[in-house]
Amino acid sequence: MSRGRFGIDDSPVFVIDQSRCIGCEACVQACAECGTHRGQSLIHLERVDRATSTQTAPMVCMHCEDPTCAQVCPADAIKQTEEGIVQSALKPRCIGCSNCVLACPFGVPKYVADFDQMMKCDMCTDRTSEGLTPMCASVCPSEALWYGTIKEFNDTRSGSLFRDFMFGRQEVRTKVYTVIDDALGGPLDVLAGVTRTWLDDPFGLDHVQATS
Amino acid sequence: MARPPITDEELIARYGPHLNEAPPGGWDAGLQIDKVVNTHCCFCGQQCGIKLKVHDNLVVGFEPWYDFPFNEGKLCPKGVKRYLQGGHPDRLLHSMERDETAPGGFRNITWDQALDRVVSEIRRIQAEYGDDAFAMLSGVSLTNEKSYLVGKFARLALHTANLDYNGRYCMVSAGTGNKKALGVDRAPNPWSDIPLADVVWVAGSNVAETFPITTSYIWRARDRGAKLIVQDPRVVPLARTADLFLPVRPGTDSALFGAVLHVLVDRDWLDHDFIDAHTLHFDDAAAAVADMTPAWAAGITGVPAARIEEAAELWGTSATGMMLHARGIEQHTKGVDNVLAAINLGLATGKFGKPGCGVSTITGQGNGQGGREHGHKCDQLPGNRDITNPEHRAAVAKVWHCDESDIPGKGLPAQELIEAIHDGTIKGLLSICFNPAVSAPDVNFTREALDKLEFYAVIDFFLSESGHHADIVMPGSLHEEDEGTSTSGEGRIIKINAAVTPPGEARRDWEILLDIAERLGKSEYFPYTNTEEIFEELCRASTGGTADYTGATWRRIEDEMGLFWPVPEAGHPGTPRLYEGGKFYHPDGKARFHAVPYKLSAEVVDGDYPVLLTTGRVVSQYLSGTQTRRIAALVAQYPEPLCEMHPMLAEPLGIADGDLVTVTSRRGTITLPAHVVNTIRPDTVFIPYHWPGHKAANQLTIRAVDPLSKMPEFKVAAVRVERAGGHVETTDVRDLTLQDGRS
Repeated sequence: MSRGRFGIDDSPVFVIDQSRCIGCEACVQACAECGTHRGQSLIHLERVDRATSTQTAPMVCMHCEDPTCAQVCPADAIKQTEEGIVQSALKPRCIGCSNCVLACPFGVPKYVADFDQMMKCDMCTDRTSEGLTPMCASVCPSEALWYGTIKEFNDTRSGSLFRDFMFGRQEVRTKVYTVIDDALGGPLDVLAGVTRTWLDDPFGLDHVQATS
Repeated sequence: MARPPITDEELIARYGPHLNEAPPGGWDAGLQIDKVVNTHCCFCGQQCGIKLKVHDNLVVGFEPWYDFPFNEGKLCPKGVKRYLQGGHPDRLLHSMERDETAPGGFRNITWDQALDRVVSEIRRIQAEYGDDAFAMLSGVSLTNEKSYLVGKFARLALHTANLDYNGRYCMVSAGTGNKKALGVDRAPNPWSDIPLADVVWVAGSNVAETFPITTSYIWRARDRGAKLIVQDPRVVPLARTADLFLPVRPGTDSALFGAVLHVLVDRDWLDHDFIDAHTLHFDDAAAAVADMTPAWAAGITGVPAARIEEAAELWGTSATGMMLHARGIEQHTKGVDNVLAAINLGLATGKFGKPGCGVSTITGQGNGQGGREHGHKCDQLPGNRDITNPEHRAAVAKVWHCDESDIPGKGLPAQELIEAIHDGTIKGLLSICFNPAVSAPDVNFTREALDKLEFYAVIDFFLSESGHHADIVMPGSLHEEDEGTSTSGEGRIIKINAAVTPPGEARRDWEILLDIAERLGKSEYFPYTNTEEIFEELCRASTGGTADYTGATWRRIEDEMGLFWPVPEAGHPGTPRLYEGGKFYHPDGKARFHAVPYKLSAEVVDGDYPVLLTTGRVVSQYLSGTQTRRIAALVAQYPEPLCEMHPMLAEPLGIADGDLVTVTSRRGTITLPAHVVNTIRPDTVFIPYHWPGHKAANQLTIRAVDPLSKMPEFKVAAVRVERAGGHVETTDVRDLTLQDGRS
């Protein structure tokens, strides 16, 4: 089977592995090519702290099982599909209040002023409904964004899949998986938990000072 | 007369770069898709498969091509947005002649007028100054067919020795090193070997930004437990998670490689059987590194000795391993030395000709591999033959149906060619797909040279900054407007399919060259009616050369998703991995070690110019930016060059992030915003080179070249850095417009 096409029974899942992100923005550019919101990219790609690191973090909608954005929407404009995909606010209902923008624990919804509407990642419903991989995971050159079956992930990739989060007392289970080094190992380390002593002093400056 | 007819600002106002914001008809056009064409990205040597969507002879979108095995649908941002160069307002649609009185500095003329003027100037200059006084510069954004045709056109139609190509600024150090050591100029491995390596060593390649797809191959190796070593003056994105980072000072790679070989010898991490059976001159190479201890190299390279020893241990004790190198070690006056020193490490440990083993360049330009094989280098004939070798000349003359004496001899490499224009030896120039006004070192000198031409004709699809100097501009074809083949960085010959026909009066490049040849009275050598016929002749001309395409056909290339050369006969399966069984391409089948003593770069830092400058690329721009600076979404990613510097360099100079700084070398000066980050060596600044005029990093670089490959030293120059006064905000305006609205 070719990557990018899935039958109904394959049950592919969406996976984010932040440690592999190279910040190239292929996802940002490709998101804007999605048929349902062409010209408007809805994925987030953040530079975490460019002054100290090239770490970047891509963020699609995590598609929570019980989405906070929908809970706080005063207009009941945010709906889930039967597959658990949380959709953009319904245009006729959305009042542009940005409650969802503020409430989402992952910072996903965007208030798009030009449309006076909340828009967010809908997991490329137009593509996934036809068995195609979402645009961002199709193009991601480092496979930081990945779409496939859990078996395929476990057979080919390192790291553990993870989808339960605690935000204070709020427990959130997401449809989208994150990759961590060890699912039982405590807080999520976006650097994948690899031990690299060089990171403390990448340019060997301690060494230079010691020898000069 | 090749001075720009009007000011740069006026030329830019008329010919761009303007920004193409949206596809034809706008984002919401909902156009009917007439056809979807399987082809490849035009940017970079990875040559990712892509599907282009066509409506009414316009490319209006793309779709991932999941079935193409190299990239399985993956693309970088340039690939995603490549389709926006079609239907672009800056697209050249008419032949033009320089005219200072015309709006925009050029007036439209007919094809007959353009071709007549070009041919009359070629004749005049060659009659007055000799055949070689008219030169040609070409580029490897061209297909194999066009590259081959350019080589034949320059030799038999122009009858000039002086033809060279823009790969002189890209791949030539790797090519020269590979030929000397291994006997052939091709990446030794298919990329499918990378996941089989137990150690992956990336040396001088910002893979994440220049070859993004390669990161997925490296991660597949890491998923198997492979270790990753990154050698770079910057903590580039791939380095962030590397097992070992070698923060090499620009210009000292050969010292680092030498010290690693020293440790391999010292600890006997050597494959003696391989060395004895398949190589020559190991003792010379070992003797040259006898004194290159890790402690010595630490002082030269800035890499702590312990990390050098660790790199040697990882490389020397791993059963399999691949080193991937690119311009970072190659664009030096000792670029060939660096490549030879890297290959020494592969040979010493037997890492060639086996799954997951190789020392490989990552070819940079779109058709950087194929375009450098079939004769548009100054010293080369098709099949990667040597233009000075009588047997090679005779073999090609037979295919070309000409006398061997009709083929001119070796010409000047690109940088010497530009200097010959500057000193008045070369008077006329025809260029295609080459923008030296941005990409050449010391661009102020380069622009002076272009000004001195008596006649300059350009074939291009957009008016590049070099095109500003042209007397005649002929509108050629975009990648998606013609068909042919290219050869990717893996050595895989692939099929480029036409999605649309050229707009307006623009024509396919090969048709333009054929018309010029006809008017020069040389049409007998160019009897082609389509590009497949050119490919078939290319294959015949390659027979018996190292880059042997004999058994390749367009049909097979498409059916088999590419063919790896050599394909020496019909039905041959192709050769994904070179050197299997330890068989190298020298006549005796053996590889050569080379003694590589450490040498200084052409320019070293001193009290007046105390900081190292190294130049490179960003992910959203390609080469001189002729195409990518016209696509709004790519420009928004990285709108203008920034000067990356470490806080330890910036703070004593009173420079904060976003402050304007002036960087000065012995050649020129540039003022640009500082990007203060602690991911670069404190003794080095980095500036990407994709921009022209006063934003050109190449105002600072030096015209010194490698003695063998003639590659300029883009990676090392001595500069000083000062506060310029002024500050720009570094906020990403895209976030603001989203929340605030565009209107």
